[in-house]
Amino acid sequence: MTFLLNLITAAVLYGTPLLYGTTGEILTEKSGNLNLGVEGMMFMGGAVGLGAAFYYEKLTGAAVSAPLAVVIAIAGSFLAGAAGALIFSFLTITLRANQNVTGLALTIFGTGVGQYLGEFMRVQEGTYVAVSNTLKAAFNNSPFPAALQQLPVVGSLLFGHSIFTYLGIAMAVAMGLYLRRSRSGLYLRAVGESPATADAAGISVARYKYLATVIGGGISAVGGMVYIMTVVGGVWNHEGLSGEGWLAVALVIFCLWSPYRAIWGSILFGGLLILYLRMPIDLIPDQIYKILPYVVTVVVLIFTSLRNNRDKQPPASLGLAYFREER
Amino acid sequence: MHNGEKTPLIRLAKRESMPAAAQWGIRIAAILLALVVGGLVILISGNNPVQGYATIVEGALGKTSGIRQTVKNFIPLLGAALAIAPCFKMRFWNIGAEGQITAGAMCATYFALFWADRLPQVPLLLIMCAAGAVGGGIWALIPAFFKARWGTNETLFTLMMNYIIIGVVKWLQGGPWEKIPRGSQQIEQFASNACLPRVAGVYCGWIIVLVLTVLMFLYMRYTKHGYEIAVIGESENTARYAGMNVGWIIMRTMFLSGAIAGIVGFLLVSGANNTLYSGVANNAGFTAITVAWLAQLNPFAMVGISALLAVLQKGADTLNTQMSIPVSLSDVITGVLLFFMLGCEFFINYRLIFRGAEERQARKEAAKS
Repeated sequence: MTFLLNLITAAVLYGTPLLYGTTGEILTEKSGNLNLGVEGMMFMGGAVGLGAAFYYEKLTGAAVSAPLAVVIAIAGSFLAGAAGALIFSFLTITLRANQNVTGLALTIFGTGVGQYLGEFMRVQEGTYVAVSNTLKAAFNNSPFPAALQQLPVVGSLLFGHSIFTYLGIAMAVAMGLYLRRSRSGLYLRAVGESPATADAAGISVARYKYLATVIGGGISAVGGMVYIMTVVGGVWNHEGLSGEGWLAVALVIFCLWSPYRAIWGSILFGGLLILYLRMPIDLIPDQIYKILPYVVTVVVLIFTSLRNNRDKQPPASLGLAYFREER
Repeated sequence: MHNGEKTPLIRLAKRESMPAAAQWGIRIAAILLALVVGGLVILISGNNPVQGYATIVEGALGKTSGIRQTVKNFIPLLGAALAIAPCFKMRFWNIGAEGQITAGAMCATYFALFWADRLPQVPLLLIMCAAGAVGGGIWALIPAFFKARWGTNETLFTLMMNYIIIGVVKWLQGGPWEKIPRGSQQIEQFASNACLPRVAGVYCGWIIVLVLTVLMFLYMRYTKHGYEIAVIGESENTARYAGMNVGWIIMRTMFLSGAIAGIVGFLLVSGANNTLYSGVANNAGFTAITVAWLAQLNPFAMVGISALLAVLQKGADTLNTQMSIPVSLSDVITGVLLFFMLGCEFFINYRLIFRGAEERQARKEAAKS
């Protein structure tokens, strides 16, 4: 029982950064933009988020306000990712560049910028950039009172996670409601499915694509910050972060473009990421365990194309640029 | 005049064509602009940009050892870009070159490790090359099969295949193929007969990729296969009406693409590293996609762009050791360069018409006559 609880807690810890990366990319892809730069944006978000919290703490010293530091880190990482996504949007929507290639360019650029900033801060400070233990606690500890957390079983299961888990779940639910239940969400889906139809109906295709991609990129980037601040404990670690963004892209497929499914999907993937540590099976080597998320994604991808279920397909215009003049 | 308010400030029109000189003029201007922005990045890090670029060029091309390293960076970039070209021409978004390189490298390594004591150098190298081609080809064929049969999204499928094969190599590296004594997580260095000979100081892979460049140009330009690929890229329906077997062509082209990537993998293990590790492709498969696209899928233009990026990579290493600028600077500048080059294609393909420009033009002409 304790084993299972620990496994779930660890799965949630590792899954939370993926939840942000995935929901951000879902929003982006719903507008028909396939932004393969998630990896880059998460790197940018991770480095900027860490830097923002670190320098804020350095400026204020002992008077540091932990909640404010969390807000600053979120804002910093969001803006970094949004900036990356803005470059992507400008190139693909306004200048009509190929989305696959631009996304990959953003990944090269973003991972470069992230590592550059991470190393630059280290050289500037002459030591590893790390936040103090007070701040680390603020980022990692549960926002709920201790009494709730100590409830048997449900305590740690429901109330024992970091604030980012709850924010992420709230955001995913909000995004699901937005996409399914609001008029503007319907317009956004229309843009992703058939931009020409949406355009004819008087919806501003470019505006929806820009907004969805930039906000989506910002959300994805917050995931990078969450990874740096919670999973690796508030120091720059590009080794750990590498691959997270691609996993988030995989997860989008696994969740069949639904933010609700992203909630349990990311926890499942988080679990798959650490399963080799927690539940080693002699027959299956660690490294084979680690490719499970990707194998599962491929299987899901194949099955969605086989089943041809209308509800569970990628947005119809995914990856295609829309030129009104070329109809 | 009254409807002047209704015309937007800037309108777009597709250009009919642009003289080649002007096209390359725009591209070179974009590269220069990108280098200026990259210079700003060097400036922010507290160094002199002019000196920074001088160090990059000197580090990459100044000394023989530098040039050799630059060529070593250049080989996989060009090779993988050549592999990607036919797929992209067909509008099949193969972003799995990274994995296809790794798969080819893995298959070639099998023969290097277990057949080196039984075979002399030339047949062994030929078998390794063939194994690399088949390995990379099969790894590419899997997503192509599902695409041809059920329309499975190839972008996402090929992407996932990368991580699967890299994981498999990681397993081999720390498991069955790990060198004795165990614990190093490394594979044994190849025996000398499994290593490619050097020509002019660098392993002979550079000759192979240059030959491949010419072959790929001929294949795409002058063969029936090349024509079929181009037709499918323009319109799949046209290809179907013309009686082409689209699914078969997709699979054949992807196998070819994966096979070339697999040969690159063979070159890397046999020539560059003399061993196999999971990072053998070192992102060349991803960077090559941008190389191929920026070159307009023209193999000869790929030579130039790969060379430019290879110089940047090597130069950034030198910059790192001499001026302690983080080595990731090369990624930042590469990224900026790609952004500018992607963006500049717009100005080659489209013409901006500002509001009122046509009326002014008309008035001018009226005044002349």
